[in-house]
Parts: sequence; C-alpha cells; structure tokens
Amino acid sequence: MNYYHHFVIPFTAGLLFLVIVVAAKWIGWIKNLDAEQKGLIKRNIFGKASLHATWEVITESLLHRRIFQKNFLLGYMHMSLAFGWFLLIVMGNLETRFFTHGQMNPPYVPIFFEFFEHDLSTLRYKEIFTFVMDFLLLFVLSGVALAYMKRATSKPLGMKKATKHAFIDKLALTSLWLIFPLRLAAESVTAGLYDSGGFFTRWLGEAIVSLPGADMLYYPLWWAYSISLGLFFISVPFTRYMHIPTETLLIFLRKYGIREKNEHTSYTQVELNACSRCGICIDSCQLSSELGISNSQSTYFLKSLRDKKTTDYLTETCMLCGRCDFACPVGIENSTIRLNQRRETPASAINFGYVPTIEASKGKIAFFAGCMGQLTPSVTKATLTLFNAAGVEYTHIDKDATICCGRPLQVNGEESAAKELAQKNKQLIEGTGAQALVTTCPICARIFAESYGLSIPVYHHTQFLYQLAASGQLKLTPTSNLITYHDPCELGRGLGIYEEPRELLKFAGNLVEVKSSKTDSLCCGGSLAITSINQQQRSQIAIKTLESIGANDVDFVATACPLCKKTFTAASDENAILDVSEILVKACTNSRQSLKPEQKQRTKETSTVN
Amino acid sequence: MTKTVAIIGGGVAGLETAKQLNSLGYSVKLFEKTNTLGGHVAKWDRLFPNKRHASEVVSSLTLSQGNTQTLTETTVHSIKRENQGFVISANSSNHEADAVVLATGFELFPAEKKEEYGYGLFENVITSADLEQMFKKHGKPVMASGHKPVRIAFIHCVGSRDEKVNRPYCSKVCCVTAVKQAIEVKEALPNSEVFCFYMDLRTFGPGYEDLYKEAQSKGVTFIRGRLSESSEIEGGRVLIKAEDTLASTPLKMSVDIVVLMVGMSPLRSTNKLATDLGLSINADGFIAATDLHTNPTGTATNGVFVAGACTGPNNITDTVNAAKATALDVHNYLSR
Amino acid sequence: MIDFGFTPLVASITDLDKANVNLAKQLTEQDPSFALCISCGSCSATCTAGQFTKFSFRVMCHQIRKGNAKEAIAEASKCMLCGKCTLACPRNVNTRNIISLVRKAQTTTP
Repeated sequence: MNYYHHFVIPFTAGLLFLVIVVAAKWIGWIKNLDAEQKGLIKRNIFGKASLHATWEVITESLLHRRIFQKNFLLGYMHMSLAFGWFLLIVMGNLETRFFTHGQMNPPYVPIFFEFFEHDLSTLRYKEIFTFVMDFLLLFVLSGVALAYMKRATSKPLGMKKATKHAFIDKLALTSLWLIFPLRLAAESVTAGLYDSGGFFTRWLGEAIVSLPGADMLYYPLWWAYSISLGLFFISVPFTRYMHIPTETLLIFLRKYGIREKNEHTSYTQVELNACSRCGICIDSCQLSSELGISNSQSTYFLKSLRDKKTTDYLTETCMLCGRCDFACPVGIENSTIRLNQRRETPASAINFGYVPTIEASKGKIAFFAGCMGQLTPSVTKATLTLFNAAGVEYTHIDKDATICCGRPLQVNGEESAAKELAQKNKQLIEGTGAQALVTTCPICARIFAESYGLSIPVYHHTQFLYQLAASGQLKLTPTSNLITYHDPCELGRGLGIYEEPRELLKFAGNLVEVKSSKTDSLCCGGSLAITSINQQQRSQIAIKTLESIGANDVDFVATACPLCKKTFTAASDENAILDVSEILVKACTNSRQSLKPEQKQRTKETSTVN
Repeated sequence: MTKTVAIIGGGVAGLETAKQLNSLGYSVKLFEKTNTLGGHVAKWDRLFPNKRHASEVVSSLTLSQGNTQTLTETTVHSIKRENQGFVISANSSNHEADAVVLATGFELFPAEKKEEYGYGLFENVITSADLEQMFKKHGKPVMASGHKPVRIAFIHCVGSRDEKVNRPYCSKVCCVTAVKQAIEVKEALPNSEVFCFYMDLRTFGPGYEDLYKEAQSKGVTFIRGRLSESSEIEGGRVLIKAEDTLASTPLKMSVDIVVLMVGMSPLRSTNKLATDLGLSINADGFIAATDLHTNPTGTATNGVFVAGACTGPNNITDTVNAAKATALDVHNYLSR
Repeated sequence: MIDFGFTPLVASITDLDKANVNLAKQLTEQDPSFALCISCGSCSATCTAGQFTKFSFRVMCHQIRKGNAKEAIAEASKCMLCGKCTLACPRNVNTRNIISLVRKAQTTTP
C-alpha cells in the first residue's frame, strides 16, 4: 500500500532536519571528548553501565521520577507529555505494523494513520488499539492542560518562580502546545466524517461534524497538525527542547563515568544542552528566595554559556553552595561548570612570590585551624582539649604564622594563585612528618582533600573526633541538651560528610533532626564564593537558615565550620551557636583541661518563635 | 488620696527618681530584682572623672529615700493598664500604681560574644567590670596565676560600634573609663606598662580631657587601632594583634592582662515589658522616648515614663539629670 | 632663584585640588560600603597577607580616597581573599568585594 499526501511534507522535513542535526551534534560532542573520557566510553559501553543508563533513561527521561519526588503534579505533567507521547508513537507504529502486516512504512504513516485508513475492520485487536490510542491522546492532553496552567500559575506545581524564556523558546512552546490539540481535532473530524476512531475521537467528531461547514476543516486540520509537528522539530536544536535528545546522551556518558573536570570539556556542552530550563534551580537558590536575586540562577547561567553570551554578573553571582546541583532533575553539575567559567578569566595581577616557607614542629597528627580559626579560638581550644583528653600526639602547624589554604581563591576562579599557596602549605604539612592532617575548617579540608595531592589522609575534625569517640579513646557522656545541626556547604554537599558530626552530637546530647538537612540543607550565607552581596544580605540568609533548623527550639545550634559560626553569630543575638567540638567538650568526661571558665549556658527564654 | 508611682529598677536612675517623687509627696514603690540597690554603679570601685568611690554615690542615693517602699529581690513579670492606672505583677503578688517609671538600665555586653578576643577562653582576658572587682578586692590588677602583671592592654569599643555583634552604637562611657582605669593601674603598679587601643577617643564630659592628659603624663601609651584577635601564649600571657593606624603598620604584642572595655547593651527582659506596654524600641535596641529633644522622658503610653540607661548608654551625671526630669514629668502627669 | 639650602618635597603633599578621586567615586557607586570605613585597622591587623607584606586594605582605601592609590593598588595583588578582614570589620565594609573591584579596575584602566 502506498500512503502519501502533500501535507506530510512539513512533518517529514522537520523530522529529517532534527535527526540530522541531533546526530551531527552527538557525533561532534563525542568526537571532542578528551582521550580519558573516550577511554571511559570504550571501557564501559558493552558492560552493565549501558543497561543502567537505559534504565535511567526510562525512569528519568520518560517517567521523570525525580520531578515526581519534587511535586506530584509537576511530575505528572512531565510524565504524561514524555511517556504519553512515547507510548503514542510506539502504539501507533504497532497499529500500523499490524494493519499492514509488518510492512516497513515511512515515518509519517503511523503519525497520520487515522487520515490514511478509515476502515480498520481488518485490524486485529481493533477495539483495543483504537481505545488505547484515544486514551493515550487524552493522557498527553492532560499534561498539556497542566502546562497551560503552569504558565498562568506555577504554585500548584510546586514552583515559586518559572523560568523566563526567550522568544524562540516561546515559539517552540506554542507549536508544542498546539500539536496535541490539533491531533485531537484532526482525528476527531476524521472520525466524525468516516465513522472511525476510538471512543473519544468518535464522540467528539460526531459533535463537531454536526456543526455546519465542519467538513471544510478536514484538510486544513491535518495540514495544521503536520505543520505544528514540523515547526516544533525544526525549533528543537535552537531551543531548550534540545534537552530531550541530549539528556539521553548525558545519562549514558555519566554512567560511563564521565564528569566535569577542572576546565570546560566537550562533556560540558552535553550538560549545557541537557538543561531543560525547568527552573527548579531558581526555587532552590537562596539568592532568589531570600534576596530576590532571581536572574543569575543556573538555568540562566547555563543558557548564557550555551549561547556564548555569558557575563561576569552571571558567572559571579552564585554562592556555589551546591543546592541546585542536588535539586536539578537532570543532575547537571551546575556549580562545577560555574567554577570552571570563573577559571577562564583569572585576575591578571596576583603575586604570591612574597610568601615565605613556614615550618612547624613534628608530630603524629598535623592540626590546621586555618585563617578563620584565628577568629574562632574557642573552636581550636575545644578541639585541642579533646585531642589532649584522647591522648592524641599533635602539632598545631599554623599556630604562629599561617597562610591561606587557597580555597577562597579557587572558588573565585584563581586556580594558579591557589596552587602557589597550596605548594607552600604542602611543604609545611609534609615537613611535619605527620601521618594525618586534621582541620577544623571545611573550606580548608575541601581543597586539602581535592587539590593538594597529599600523601597522608585529610580529616575534618568531626571525622577524626568521631573515630576517637567510636573507639572509646574519647569518653563522652551525653548531656540533656537539645541540639540542632547545620550542615556546612563545603562539608556536606562539598565533601559528603553528613553522618560523623551527627553521630558525635548524639554522643554529647539530644540531636533534633530537621527537614532541610544534608543535601537539602541551606547555606548560612557566609559563602566565600560570592563577593557582591553585603553583610546585611548575608544576615538575611542566615536568619532564615537558623529558622529552618529550628534554632529557637533548642539549647544549642551546632555547626562544623568557623565561617558558618561567624555568619550566624553576626546575624543573631538570640541563639547559642557552637562548633561540634565545643559541644563535645561539655560532654567529655576524660578531658584533662576543660575550658576555663566554663562558658555560661545561656538560659532559653520560654517563648518560642511561631 | 496619695497617688502611687511604681519605679522599676533600683539603680541610679530609679533611686534618684524615687527620691524626687518622694519629696514631692507621692507614695513610691521601687522594684529591684537583685538584693542590693545601686545597680551597676554599686559594683564599681571608683568613678570618673574624679576617682571618687562609687559607694559614696550609692549610699547618698539610698540614704535619701525617705518613705520609698523598696522591694528588693522582686522581679517584675508584667505591667498592665487597668482603669486609670497600672497593675504590676512582681514575684507572685500584684501592685497597683497610678504611673510607672521604667528605670531598668542596661546590661554589660557579654564579652564572650566577641570570640576572637578570648574572653572566657584565656584566663588573663578580663572585662572592665572584672577589673573594678579587682580594684575593690586587691586595690590592683592581678593575673589569674596570682602574679603581678607588668604589661596591661585596655581594648576600647568591645560591644560598641561593632556591627558584627549587633552593637553599632557608641556606649559613651568606656573611653573615659579606660583612661581612668589606666591611671589607676599606673598608680597601683608604677612600673607597669599600660596601653590603650582606641578607635576614636571620646572624652566629651567635664574633666574627662584632663583625665586623658593625666594618663598621658603618667606614661600610658595610646595606640590608635582596634584589636583584631588575641591568642594565648606561654604562662597564660596573651598575644594581641592590631594595626597601629597612625604608623600604618600591623602591630602585635604580648601582654599579661587584656582588659576589654565592655559597652552598654539593651536588656532584653526589659524590652519585653516595654513592648507589652506599647512602647517602641529604637534601632539600637533601647527603649524609644517620645521625642528625643523635647520629651526624652515620656513614652508612647500615657502614664509610663523612662529614666536613665534603659533609653541608651549614659553616665551617672546624665542619668541623675534624666531622673530628676522624669520625676517632674510624672508629677505634672499626676497633678493634671 | 635664591638658594635657601633646601628643596620643598612637593611629592609628599596631598593636594586635594589636583587629586584624581575617580576610582573612589566609582567604588562608592559599585559598593556603597566603601564609604563606611572608620580606619580602625581591624582588617589590616587580621590580614593574612599583611603578616608578610606592606599590603593594607585600610591604607589602600584611604589612599584611593585621596587620589593617590597607585602603590596601594599594586599591593592588592598580594591579597589571598581569605576573608578574615570581612569578618573583622565592625562597619560591615564588604572588603573582598572591594578588592575584586579594585583588581578589575586595575585590569580595565591602563
């Protein structure tokens, strides 16, 4: 059988264009990956990774599991559009195959099958097919209806702020939104005129053709349906809808072990194109929710980078707290891409030639308090008190002179300047002959662990103290204090250390768990990765964060970062904010020299906020 | 019938207001939460600018109380408007009054909040209030170990003019207190070296500048720079860092005792009483008077008046003056 | 010309009639906290780079305000961005931001 009509041209041309462009892009991206990344593909393509990737494509690209976790309606909207359309295509193909007894057909045939064949009496399982096709169309249309609603008001779909889109995106969006209503109209009119169709199209069609002149709509509707499809396909490579084919590639590459590096790679292009611009990152960003800065979030930054039109404002207006990395349903490494963009334009004049070589006495454990540690002497004192209690042989390597670890420069994109400082500190650390490095500062801990290439293990003090407490070397007796814990960004999302501080606090008192914690915890606002926000703005963020961890309902707010401690203290007069180590000292039963005089336990006011 | 005035707070402001209202013939009830009268002043050894003993001022005020009914160890929990007057619930009993004077004063800035200065961590970091206690007890400063200090540093503006601890205002009296204490140290320990780290020296009152000159002539060294941090070194001594801003060089030195000149902070418990009465709190956290210039004793609520340091940092002279003005305003209000 | 036996040190005088304070104006516009410094010296006292060099954030700001900033700005290249000064400043001057702005101004103006 030879099915053809001129109106299939827009659809077919659009599809052809899309397939060619996507194929060319995929080939280009893969070709430009570096040797190491290509090696990962070769090593993993014929292994379990490909199966896992396929499964993830089903659960994420079709079913949108992660979006369901954020909000049911938003998840349903995405699933009905993606999975519903996918099933329509699959069922349409099956129907055509069945009817034509396995004949190979051009791609437009199943799409416009209702036009080509009105009499399906010879089709096996005809009732089932026509019912399912109508049902799936309604399923997709329910998603389209939700999408209309989301434009009007995004609140019921769990989104406070919707992404602001460019003109071409709106054009693509309009054609996408027209596809399914037009298909419904075309199929219904056809069903009405020829007594074909399923339960819904037949019913609707009969109603339409009873109106005068409805039969005149027959050809125009099929043309319009084909044109809307063609327009959408052609717009895909130029719009956010490119995320649909790109996300699939991203999932495979990620399963093969490819990640962002210290500079942009071809993989970055895949990530940039995989962003659906859904705007979930806007809602997760505290710059938006607390300060009303809603034009610098990852979705905007990635788009600007994709269009090669990024600005200093977009690159720099980010706390690099990492919340959006975990919120992103596509799993794009937003923060790393932003950091790599900062690395593209380092300041020209940075000169650390003056930094002397610092030496420290030898010891088994090298203890580093960091710059911030000099402004939080009670954290240092508490930690060393616990070391003494547990009999740890340590050397305090930055007691007299100190240089910065380099992380603040690194997060501002000054990689080579950071390396200069790292070199000096590495000499200092290795010169002590220590077996491990312990620091009370997660900012230092992160660069020590990720960039220094030290031959000895690096521990944040909560990890090290946890080992001491778990082995019984450090004896702790729980107090009756109620404690809430704030996850510092660099320690939690940065280094993945969530449990040790919590377990330690349980040794010392009653830990109250809160909703926004671990990967979802809020930033204190003190971030060194942003310079343009002022102290009042930082305090605004800090106050909200304290609220989110129930600071007013506990005796102590615990954190494990001197910068968080300072930021909270500057923002709030009401709460007692302590480092984990300071709380442990209160519970330590074998401390040989306790803090003197014991810090006064502040009596809580009986009234609680809200 | 004799009208009753309730005065909350038995410090200088409360005592002076009580004394005045008493002599005007009112029945005065003075509520004091601690067991002694005289407020913070009762804890000081000697006063600026003339180094007179603080106890003289306190006893002069307490001895001239006449028929004032003083209720010590009595904490006021709430004050409510009822009919034309007020009901004050304190401890577990209720008291009626026709007018209320808040003379609740201030609290000293909790110096441990300025963590980098090491109060509560390093044993030889003390506050100006601690030093007054030392003068009272020993007549001189003593290190925690019992040794005689040789080098002493006074740090101005601790909990004052510091937005990082939510105290952006000047506490007015700390500069001159530091100057007075520096002189006292030099007098008690002539061989000691005394340093004052200041941002701006605000010696604005009568006799204050003379005190500054006296300190200079006694060998006190003034360094224009704010302390950034301190750390503990051998023997419990303290290493401090500042910038010598007049020389534009960073400066560090080791001292035997660091004295933190703690500022005056608003009392949070008082603020609750005030807001319950419909009074407003100013940006610095103190009780706001009706009009800073023309009505510094009145408040937004008729029949409620303020006196002294609950409206902001104040010295004794100004507090006594404010108390006298408040008493007159209360009298005018009650004899309408 | 009569020889008085000395020459006046013209260069050491701050002449506010001739001073170029454009950078100060620009910085105040970009970050209003630039104007709030009370020269207490906390920033330079706590400065990690200041332990080893002549770099002083306070002096730099002061000289920019007097239109005499060349030397001080050059010293800004020694800042490690560690952030201690921001934590120490009692007036909430956004020190790290001002450093970034100065470094940028340095690269954009010849």
